[in-house]
Amino acid sequence: MHVPDGFFNAAVSLSAGVVAAAGVTVCLRGARRELDDRTAPMAGLVAAFIFAVQMLNFPVAAGTSGHLLGGALAAILVGPYTAVLCVAVVLLVQAFFFADGGLTALGVNITLMGVVAVLVAWGVFRLITRSVRGRGAVVAASFVAALLSVPATALVFTLLFWIGGTAPIEIGTVAAAMGGVHLLIGVGEGLITAVTVSTVLAVRPDLVYGAREIVAPLVLRGTDGDVTVVPGAPGAPVPAATSRRRNWFLPAGVAATALLAGAVSFYASSSPDGLERVAEDKGFIGQAADHPLGEQPLADYGDVGGIPVGVAGLVGAGATLVAGGGLFLAVRRRGGDSGPADDRREEASV
Amino acid sequence: MGAGHASRLFRPGDTLVHRLPPQCKLVAVAGFALVVVATPREWFWAFGLYAVLLAVVAALARVPAGFVLRRMVVEVPFVAFALAVPFIGSGERTTFMGLSLSVAGLWAAWNILAKATLGVAASVLLAATTEPRLMLLGAQRLRLPPLLVQIAMFMLRYLDVILDEMRRMRVARESRGFTARDVRHIPVIARSAGALFIRSYERGERVHLAMLSRGYTGTMPVIQDVSAASRQWLAAGMLPGAALAVLLGSWGFT
Repeated sequence: MHVPDGFFNAAVSLSAGVVAAAGVTVCLRGARRELDDRTAPMAGLVAAFIFAVQMLNFPVAAGTSGHLLGGALAAILVGPYTAVLCVAVVLLVQAFFFADGGLTALGVNITLMGVVAVLVAWGVFRLITRSVRGRGAVVAASFVAALLSVPATALVFTLLFWIGGTAPIEIGTVAAAMGGVHLLIGVGEGLITAVTVSTVLAVRPDLVYGAREIVAPLVLRGTDGDVTVVPGAPGAPVPAATSRRRNWFLPAGVAATALLAGAVSFYASSSPDGLERVAEDKGFIGQAADHPLGEQPLADYGDVGGIPVGVAGLVGAGATLVAGGGLFLAVRRRGGDSGPADDRREEASV
Repeated sequence: MGAGHASRLFRPGDTLVHRLPPQCKLVAVAGFALVVVATPREWFWAFGLYAVLLAVVAALARVPAGFVLRRMVVEVPFVAFALAVPFIGSGERTTFMGLSLSVAGLWAAWNILAKATLGVAASVLLAATTEPRLMLLGAQRLRLPPLLVQIAMFMLRYLDVILDEMRRMRVARESRGFTARDVRHIPVIARSAGALFIRSYERGERVHLAMLSRGYTGTMPVIQDVSAASRQWLAAGMLPGAALAVLLGSWGFT
């Protein structure tokens, strides 16, 4: 999945870079809360773990094998912000030290495998664990979240490729092929993620960020019968009353994302069809053999068939940013609320 | 970092390229990659000149061609994709040796192959001439967020530890007669991953406590001055500068 140089034109590469930078900036702030003072060392360790896990090949079908993307696993184990940072660092290190993935495609890679994969996985995971509680629900949610994150990433890749890719492809057939193949890979990813999460849950449930709501708080009983309750993780159990009041935040965020994605893809799908027709017409009369979606020098960005390619790229990238930001805000709002709620719970139980 | 770390990537040496400050090299390689990507694919000889530029850098750094070629294996999956494009591409078609190929797809395949190969070769040269730790110090000087740099530093330090742990677990599995062959073996692999996570996380916690007790305050001390003189910036700028000259020159011609 590591996109090399030359896959995307310069406009999409740069816009994806802006999206990636914005996503990483948001996560830099959020990660401090997820890992407190241990941020850098533990995030580094998780990044190394993801790198190692990406080398674990698993058999998909006879003869072929896939490898883990790790975004969903990281989000469930250490939280979404840290997960995005870890995946971003893994990609940076792979690009600069191992020449895996192009330097100009770094923005695309971080946006796809970091931001999109983690956002989709965490959104799905939270949606399921918010409605069903319990250990089984966490494991099942891990499976579904990881399963969906892979084809979602593949579809966004196809969308980007169609906006600013350097090869002429039929968006419909490629989207179907990419989505289908990656749904299959996603089953593998989902299985591994779910079993890994359940293994960690069995041994050290406190290490699973996604399950911090089902981990019982630490209860200390003194010799004279006094009881002290220490909440385990920073975002430990939330009373049902407050969580119900905030319930609409996440579904609203997901709905907004879906709406935006739908609307934008509809808008976008009408323009390049026109472009393609123009190209075919031109090719037919022998004036331009080159495909307008193909690559051009930087100076020629601007006007192809009336629609500036760069602007199309920016619109797509901007929409992703807005949608992603909305979902992040929704999740963050919930996280921010749990602070006072914790205190209340503590008072209630003591 | 102890001995043996990242030795596969870095080729120690004392050449002009090795001595350049890391931030200069990072900017130079990124600029070079950008120029390559912005070059129209019809200008064949421009790509040839870029390859010559990289060859000059490799010669200056005394990196043998075999080393660069071996490291370029990472590109293989995308070569496969590029070779498939002419078959799935749309638009005007041509026949070559009885195969129906898309003309635009052929152009796209050439475009991806040429640019990806140049980009990978440039990255390989960068990694071969820059010590990983110094590369991150350079990134820090280029105002990459310090938290990100630190995560990357810890990742590099933990990487070999975790990979070794994983290798030991694989040896243990295989010495008990297990090899993953089909989908039914996925749970075993996944439980290994879970065990690996717990082992490495607990180890990381112990290391973190040890670091705290030795006075770790949240930032790593920088004990090496990596500031760059303008002369060194100029030397590093030769690579993207020459590439840009090739690009603008060919523009003038056409």
